[in-house]
Amino acid sequence: MNTLKSLLITLSLLLLMPIFYACGGDESSERQRSEPQAEETALSEFELEHGIGPVTERIEISDDLDLAKVEKGRNIYEMKCEMCHNYQGRMVGPELGNIMDRRSPEFVMNFILNPSGMVRDHPVGQELLREYMTVMPFQNVQKDEARAIVEYLRYYYEENY
Amino acid sequence: MDNKKSNTLRGLLFGAGFIAIAAFIFTGCPSQQSMLDTRDAAQKVYVAPGEHDEYYGFFSGGYSGQLSVWGLPSARFLKVIPVFSQDPETGYGYSEETKPLLMTSYGFIPWDDSHHPHISQTNGDSDGRWIYINANNTPRIARIDLQTFETKEILELPNTGGNHASSFVTSNSEYVIGATRFSIPYEIDLDVPIDSYSDEFRGALSFIALDPETGMMEMDFQILVPPYNYDLGRAGKGPSADWVFFTTYNTEEAHTLLEVNASRNDKDYVAAINWRRAAELVRNGAGETMSAHYYHNYYEGNQGIAINDVKDQVTVLTPEDGQDFIYFMPTPKSPHGVDIDPTGEYIVAGGKLATVIPVHSFSQMIDAIENQRFEGHVENIPILDYDATIIGEVENPGLGPLHTEFDGRGYAYTSVYISSEIVKWSLDTFEVVDRIDAYYSIGHLMITAGDNVNPDARYMVGLTKTAKDRYLPTGPKQNHPAQLYDISGDRMQLLLDFPTIGEPHYAQAIRADKVAPNVKQIYEMEENDHPHALRRVADNRIERDSDVVRVYMSSTRSHFRPDNIEGIRVGDTVYIHLTNLEQEWDVVHGIAIKGANNAEILVAPGQTKTLKWEPTRTGIYPFYCTAFCSALHQEMQGYIRVSAADSNVPLTWSTGGN
Repeated sequence: MNTLKSLLITLSLLLLMPIFYACGGDESSERQRSEPQAEETALSEFELEHGIGPVTERIEISDDLDLAKVEKGRNIYEMKCEMCHNYQGRMVGPELGNIMDRRSPEFVMNFILNPSGMVRDHPVGQELLREYMTVMPFQNVQKDEARAIVEYLRYYYEENY
Repeated sequence: MDNKKSNTLRGLLFGAGFIAIAAFIFTGCPSQQSMLDTRDAAQKVYVAPGEHDEYYGFFSGGYSGQLSVWGLPSARFLKVIPVFSQDPETGYGYSEETKPLLMTSYGFIPWDDSHHPHISQTNGDSDGRWIYINANNTPRIARIDLQTFETKEILELPNTGGNHASSFVTSNSEYVIGATRFSIPYEIDLDVPIDSYSDEFRGALSFIALDPETGMMEMDFQILVPPYNYDLGRAGKGPSADWVFFTTYNTEEAHTLLEVNASRNDKDYVAAINWRRAAELVRNGAGETMSAHYYHNYYEGNQGIAINDVKDQVTVLTPEDGQDFIYFMPTPKSPHGVDIDPTGEYIVAGGKLATVIPVHSFSQMIDAIENQRFEGHVENIPILDYDATIIGEVENPGLGPLHTEFDGRGYAYTSVYISSEIVKWSLDTFEVVDRIDAYYSIGHLMITAGDNVNPDARYMVGLTKTAKDRYLPTGPKQNHPAQLYDISGDRMQLLLDFPTIGEPHYAQAIRADKVAPNVKQIYEMEENDHPHALRRVADNRIERDSDVVRVYMSSTRSHFRPDNIEGIRVGDTVYIHLTNLEQEWDVVHGIAIKGANNAEILVAPGQTKTLKWEPTRTGIYPFYCTAFCSALHQEMQGYIRVSAADSNVPLTWSTGGN
């Protein structure tokens, strides 16, 4: 008798469960969580040497300086770079007078065009952030303008070193 | 004992089980109905973190003089755009660049009262380029650029007292209108007895032409009208697009205790003006040039400094017989709002003391004009026969109907102040089909694109005057509420009740995709033509001209340049021209100098702003960046040395070791 009662109770509870469940159901509890993206993808050889950003292959650099580009690059440099960089000696960021001796043109362009990506994802950028403790801001420089800044810095290096 | 307990428990469980089942069978999910309602409403206004609202809502600030911006339907507060009042958040009205915007023929006015924002229109629909808004007290209209969400221009209206029936645009933004609420003598500064009201006082209706490319305003002409109170206005659309309509009250011409003396006439008027015809008359020389005194303040090019263009003339058109451009439609009783339905046919007046909502027909009005069905004339303005123009009177609209908007599906929604409700009524039968409470005492209401030829009509916002017990109490003066309603179904449904900023009178909402894609993220440094901008870092410097000192300073994360300044003297007037060299969205820098009496300033990326500072004591003055700009924001500081007026400390400046 007791067993039968227990069975009935259990059955009735089982029958009720979906009813309560249906009433209490909440669509929003089914919201999906996106899986955290695996960010640590290995950098390519190009990226390691020339940086991460919109410049993804070697650019053509002639031995001769393009003086129009130099002038354009100088104007942008003085407007958007010089407040944080000296030619010689560190300031907010590293010195840039000899940067074209230290880094590739593509690396410099990618750093200008993608500064937050570089300090986050590139070992050299990460090291620079540790040393200078300031994230270089993006200064609304377009790709052709970054190329002109490179030309100006090549000119500066040739003139002064 | 144990067994007995156990049996009792089983009995209870059985009982509970049966009751639960029976309850379920007879009533469905317990208490589910009200739960669903709340949840349903919550889901309709829920915008997930990181997601954007579907609509921008622009709410006037009322006595704050500003314009607040909200995301709808979530009612997320987005920002306050300063317009007619100084703003300590942005430095608007404090910086030297923006002070000229608040200049008037009466001098600098730090605080006004803004009422009716209106978005520029193309083909009768809001186009999201500019938003105009009126200053009621010292009569002005401002233009706000919806690329930068900044006030770019303010035009003062001459010979106007209380610019309330403003700033509504015509359906292709040909004109923005203004009007005198308080009639005053038309001649400048005329000193006459107040009881000469009927003889000396006049109303002026203003027609301000808009440049189709820039949205810039120009006072084209004013129409001189009898000394009534011109209360609200609206432009027609579709067939009535060449017309604008103004409500009048105080056709009694009272000048004291208007609440009694201006409430005597059973009917006042809706003034109907064919603006295209009036403009033609003016082009053909019918207007008269009168002397006037008013300010037009705006930015020229990309200089970033507002200028004052002081005007001394205005063209005035006084109605004459046979000119056929202005008519009065008798309308009960002290009407407030006048609103035109999406088809352009129905002209709905909110007769705030009337027992019905009167609806005029535009086509009947044209017939009445053609057939000269006039009741009489006042100052050469024909008064149309009420029965000729009226097409419907909505019965039982509640007490004190004010403003109406439309859903484009054949229904109108009217706010009703005294009985604190919104009534929905049919434009076909002119019968009320639904009503819903407002919390409390509603003024304007607004439907998403509800004054457009093509309303979206998803949501309606009621703008109410008192919060009373609706929120946690915040003292004897509380912020004004707004309620969001879903009007997509047959019945209006209250979704949300939220406090606002200032006292929103009118508001407008526009689909976000008409505005958001055009919003600027930075001011490009290459386009900064401010005469005191720093174009190159090497140009940072200080120039002294007698006792005027100009500091050309730049800011970038995380330093000012220069940040050490010596050689300032007591008695100097120092202008700090701060150029923010950042070119990244949302990276602002501010500057505050200890003891500066004028203000602080805040500078958007790529902009130049100027702080005027007149030090009165010698000493060392720290200054710092007021906006948390970077990890090293706390390091963004500097010192200024102020020496005695007769000192010989040379003017020097530096940053770092340079």
